[in-house]
Amino acid sequence: MSTWLIQTLNSLALGGLLFLLSSGFSLIFGLMRVANLSHGAYFMLGGYVGLTCLRAGLNFWVAVVAGGAAVAVLGGLIERFVLRKLAGNALAQVLATLGIAFIIADGCLVLWTGDPIPLPAPESLRGAIEIKGLLFPLYRVAVVLIAIVVAFALWLLIERTRLGAMIRAGVDDMQMARGVGIPVGRLFTAVFCLGSALAGIGGVIGGPILSVYPGLDTDMLPLALVVVILGGIGSLVGAFVGSFLIGFIYTFGQTLLPDLAYMILFIPMVIILMARPRGLFGRMSA
Amino acid sequence: MTKAKLWPVLFAIFSFTFLTLSYQALAQTEPLRLGFLTVRSGALAAGGKQMEEGITLLLKQRNHTLAGRKVELFIADTGGQPAQAKTKTQELIERDKVHVIIGPLATFESLAIDDYIKEAKVPLITPTSAAQNDLAQKKQNDFVLHAVGTAAQPMHVLGEYAAKKLGYKRIATIADDFTYGHEGQAGFQHTYEDNGGKVVQKLWSPLNVADYGSYVGQIKPNVNAVYAGFAGVNGLRFLRQFNEYGLKAKIAVFGNPTCVDEGVLKNMGDEALGVVTASWYAATIDTPDNKRFVQAILDEYKVVPGFYTVGTYTAGLFLEEALKAINGKFEDKAAFVRALHNVRLTSGPMGPIRLDEYGKPILNIYIRKVERKDGALVNTIVETIPEVSQFWKYDPKQFLASPPYSRDYPPAKNLE
Repeated sequence: MSTWLIQTLNSLALGGLLFLLSSGFSLIFGLMRVANLSHGAYFMLGGYVGLTCLRAGLNFWVAVVAGGAAVAVLGGLIERFVLRKLAGNALAQVLATLGIAFIIADGCLVLWTGDPIPLPAPESLRGAIEIKGLLFPLYRVAVVLIAIVVAFALWLLIERTRLGAMIRAGVDDMQMARGVGIPVGRLFTAVFCLGSALAGIGGVIGGPILSVYPGLDTDMLPLALVVVILGGIGSLVGAFVGSFLIGFIYTFGQTLLPDLAYMILFIPMVIILMARPRGLFGRMSA
Repeated sequence: MTKAKLWPVLFAIFSFTFLTLSYQALAQTEPLRLGFLTVRSGALAAGGKQMEEGITLLLKQRNHTLAGRKVELFIADTGGQPAQAKTKTQELIERDKVHVIIGPLATFESLAIDDYIKEAKVPLITPTSAAQNDLAQKKQNDFVLHAVGTAAQPMHVLGEYAAKKLGYKRIATIADDFTYGHEGQAGFQHTYEDNGGKVVQKLWSPLNVADYGSYVGQIKPNVNAVYAGFAGVNGLRFLRQFNEYGLKAKIAVFGNPTCVDEGVLKNMGDEALGVVTASWYAATIDTPDNKRFVQAILDEYKVVPGFYTVGTYTAGLFLEEALKAINGKFEDKAAFVRALHNVRLTSGPMGPIRLDEYGKPILNIYIRKVERKDGALVNTIVETIPEVSQFWKYDPKQFLASPPYSRDYPPAKNLE
């Protein structure tokens, strides 16, 4: 019984982490129609920047902000100087993001070597909580809470602000949005920065659980894709529900059907796509 | 025949002799082209870097000359992918015309090129690949030699050690779900259960698993210990989670060489303390040869060498010994391959090594325990078991007649 409880908590923690990873991916995909294949690399880069901050003796939360900010700047530059040049050519944009992913990955290899390095969790969250005689790491509980806070903040941003209204308009109908005078160019840059920042933050927050290592990017990218396809492209609610759903499927799938560990994520994805091609909460089709 | 007519003939004879001699001299000075398969990109790059450090140090120490022959190094990056390993091997052999290859890093890479090596007839010395089930064993590919033992070799020792010395009655195993993980776990389970132990739970985690939390959560709380069979970054990630879930205080962890290899140990914390492993090597081996080697690597690269570094260095020593035995005449390929098989290393950082008739080394296996010394984590040697063959105490014929080690062989009869 208590194993089930632990696995439930595990699912929630993984879901929280996945939300940080995939919400930015979903935002960018929804608005710009670009499957940003460098998103996993942004996640990893955020983790490495966080590592450098922590090694410099900075506070964990400062490292989180720094990781997010550094990746946001990089994302903004890439949007402005690479993706914009390829506007209208979605295939070229996707390929460009793939190339950028490789460049970032090799850059990280040069700068931070290939050694796997765990990020230390903040001092105050290092313990474990006891549930019916079983211990559960406190940090993972914190990750769930952080994800919920971030989700709420994003919801406020999208639903309650002018910027959010413009984003929603862009996702729903790009032509009309342009027509009514929304500065789509600047909006793209802003959203790309925001999405990248979320990936960077996720990378630092995931660091104590996942560690940073070469290959973290390609380990995480498929998860973001699955979450977004399942939840529905461009939908924040979709990314939220999708993340926790995948968290549960992944964790319990591995426990109950260990021999299917490799495909456990993709079977539900295919089934849901067959029934609902737009994903659970999608506004647009993939 | 007049004198005038004799001159051209003499000249012809003279020049012919001279040319032949100089050709022979030239051939003797042609450098040995050494292909080197490493990993510079992707997830396994850390290991690849350590391999390069090993071979670079050796060549530097020998002034790029082995047994009197200059050595030219051709480096190829496989990216840690079997398909690319094959392409790069072809490149090395067909374009660079290498005479011998050292590499690749991973077991599944060497399995991918085994067939091609047999066809191309270029000797391959694998420094780190620990494949049990390959041509060298089953189909007798004379061109593939292993400088370091098989995955199961140290695990045979560990299985008996865990059952007899550590006294574990019931254990769970968790290992990477790929060839190296399968063969290590299988070897361990084989001797562990033969000595009365019971493997009551067997978990396989995908190589790129996102989160070990869900696996740690599955481990049965009533086992004595957990066997951890990990490679690359996974040992570090698993041990950390295992500790965070508070299991380290209740359940002992022990495992395979790479779980706490010196290459990753430097980035670990207290979670690694007390982990017992068996390996072909430990940086703490107390011989003058090893101390010199560790110091040299420390001086050059500021790191403590692990298995990847020492394995590649040892592969280089193999090559050197073989070349010495044939006076550097690697052009005679048959003699070269024979010499490689007959190598007996009496010195070197890993201790004495020789090959059995299947091209696999017979070497010392070290039981190690992670301890903290002068602030740094080290693998302290608890016991040294000399002259361990890939077959352990089993009869080679019987061993080879049974199915090869795999995910499901030997079958686990005691699962609960």
